[in-house]
Amino acid sequence: MARVRTGVRVVGAVLAAVLGASLAGCSSTGGKRAEERARAAEAGRPAVSTPRWTFAMVTHAGDGDTFWDIVQKGAKEAAAKDNINFVYAHDDQAQQQAQFVQNAIDQKADGIVVSLAKPEALKDVLAKAAKAGIPVITVNSGSAQSAEYGALTHIGQDEGIAGEAVGTELNKRGRKRAVCVLHEQGNVGHEQRCAGAKKTFSGTMENLYVEGTNMPSVQASLQAKLQADPSIDAIVTLGAPFAPTAVKAKDAAGSKAEVDTFDLNASVARDLKSGALGFAVDQQPYLQGYEAIDLLWLYRYNANVLGGGRPVLTGPQIVTAAEAAELEEYIKRGSR
Amino acid sequence: MSTATTPADGRDERLAPTSALRRLLARPELGSVVGAAAVFVFFSIAAPTFLQASSLSTILYSASTIGIMAAPVALLMIGGEFDLSAGVMVTTSALVSSMFSYQMTANVWVGVGVSLLVTLAIGFFNGFMLTRTKLPSFIITLGTFLMLTGLNLGFTKLITGTVSTKTIADMEGFASARALFASQWTIGSVTLKVTVLWWLAIVAVATWILLRTRAGNWIFAVGGGADAARATGVPVVKTRIGLYMGVALCAWISGQHILFSFDVVQSGEGVGNEFLYIIAAVIGGCLMTGGYGSAIGSAVGAFIFGMTSNGIVYAQWNPDWFKFFLGAMLLLATLLNAWVRKRAEAK
Repeated sequence: MARVRTGVRVVGAVLAAVLGASLAGCSSTGGKRAEERARAAEAGRPAVSTPRWTFAMVTHAGDGDTFWDIVQKGAKEAAAKDNINFVYAHDDQAQQQAQFVQNAIDQKADGIVVSLAKPEALKDVLAKAAKAGIPVITVNSGSAQSAEYGALTHIGQDEGIAGEAVGTELNKRGRKRAVCVLHEQGNVGHEQRCAGAKKTFSGTMENLYVEGTNMPSVQASLQAKLQADPSIDAIVTLGAPFAPTAVKAKDAAGSKAEVDTFDLNASVARDLKSGALGFAVDQQPYLQGYEAIDLLWLYRYNANVLGGGRPVLTGPQIVTAAEAAELEEYIKRGSR
Repeated sequence: MSTATTPADGRDERLAPTSALRRLLARPELGSVVGAAAVFVFFSIAAPTFLQASSLSTILYSASTIGIMAAPVALLMIGGEFDLSAGVMVTTSALVSSMFSYQMTANVWVGVGVSLLVTLAIGFFNGFMLTRTKLPSFIITLGTFLMLTGLNLGFTKLITGTVSTKTIADMEGFASARALFASQWTIGSVTLKVTVLWWLAIVAVATWILLRTRAGNWIFAVGGGADAARATGVPVVKTRIGLYMGVALCAWISGQHILFSFDVVQSGEGVGNEFLYIIAAVIGGCLMTGGYGSAIGSAVGAFIFGMTSNGIVYAQWNPDWFKFFLGAMLLLATLLNAWVRKRAEAK
């Protein structure tokens, strides 16, 4: 018993010490306080007087996905502006995603936003939503099926077109041998990106599959690849978190390859500015979430539909060192 | 049953009649029923849309997709073994049906039949390896799980060139197969899916096997202690292989449901679901050590899972915490269950 009590005391002392140190040793730059000061200026209040509708958003995001976090942020800010009760759910398994759409129908949502990464799985449940008279907007993936399943509009980037933009940019930079790093085996959109890049790239490009949920293994696979083939002069990663890892792998393997990536985040912006990365392809996730909610609101309020039956594209946008400097503060804020 | 009473007529006390109430209290699934009632009441208060008929039918469907697998997994756990390949096996069986029918341009039912044989073979492989190698089932089925995950992706990519199967909705036999595995009836705002009937049937059969047949006694005996069982003439090898094939059979039913309700199968799915089946069985009163549990309990466990996973959505809680709530709920339900069982046994 006495031993337990001394243990408690020691832990208490350590906690007190840590707390004291963190209060005494303040940083005058960066950190949470700088973030809070920047945020105080943009508190969201409804800008409209429409009724408080409920819009549900269901995506195929995995847990803790940076890209989808930005989509959600855009959707949330639009919801705050449009006086919307915003409900979000996500699962990377198709069956569970269909279940969430069903949940939204059960709750009699006034609008549904859904990503169609696995379109066939959602076909029946979207038909139910149509029958219940709930307007649906698709985002990010599923541009081909969106209209067929009765959605008002599709907002996103055509993955094939985005890939082609990468191939063209690589040609501009005089690259000859590229490797396309797929971090999710079994993702159709990723396959389309690499296929699009292959299509327009005049050099040779091959696919490399890595285990995206395990960063050390991503680095090891890429390093092995670069060591095995020193002639590789371009690496294309399909997600922002993988770009810094690719740079690490390149340095460790002593390769001269240029690393380019899809999507943005703070470290990608920093590396673009410093020249460690060549370029990034942005599809403006914030816009996807924001527009989806805003367009549902417009449809409810004014029966407006955007796009004329065609997908509304949010990308691709090539971001290089010059643009990165300009976007950096927005990226830090978590909205680009 | 701590206090043994010797009846006056001098018979063995184990043959003494026990009251119906006491028999009920000693059932393994009693605790889970109390847990289910608690979860139900909780979400009825926390989520306004939870009690709608349409919501309850969604919950039932959600529970049935887990419950169809939880029943054979419960039997397997009573037999003292695990199956970590159960989640991806479901996907494997759907992929085999779809791709065989498409590539051979055969009637869809041919693919369904071939898939049954393939899935049963995987179950047999699990059981056979276990009884032959004497390695723990955790290791054997972990190997199967990884192999199947790779095979699902590798074969799908090799055969179709993409990561999902091609549509078979326009092929002969699809409509009748869909009627059997993925039909639904709508009565007003309530949709009853056929999986709920499959689930009830599977639970009924599993319960009958456990409580009314010789095979059921063998399962309890093997889970309680394989050497003692073997010494008393129980066919241990046959029982274990049979249990794994039972899991495979239900994986086939689940897989066909996924195929015929969604028409296209993604090759990378099903990973992680094996733990949901195990936890449903455990909430239902199965012990991790084997020799104790029930099939009805697994159904109650699956129902708790369905209520929790959908209830969190109906309550509109922040989805970032979804997994946390799910885990906490399941843990609480299991704790309550253990507490009720202790109280019942102490009577």
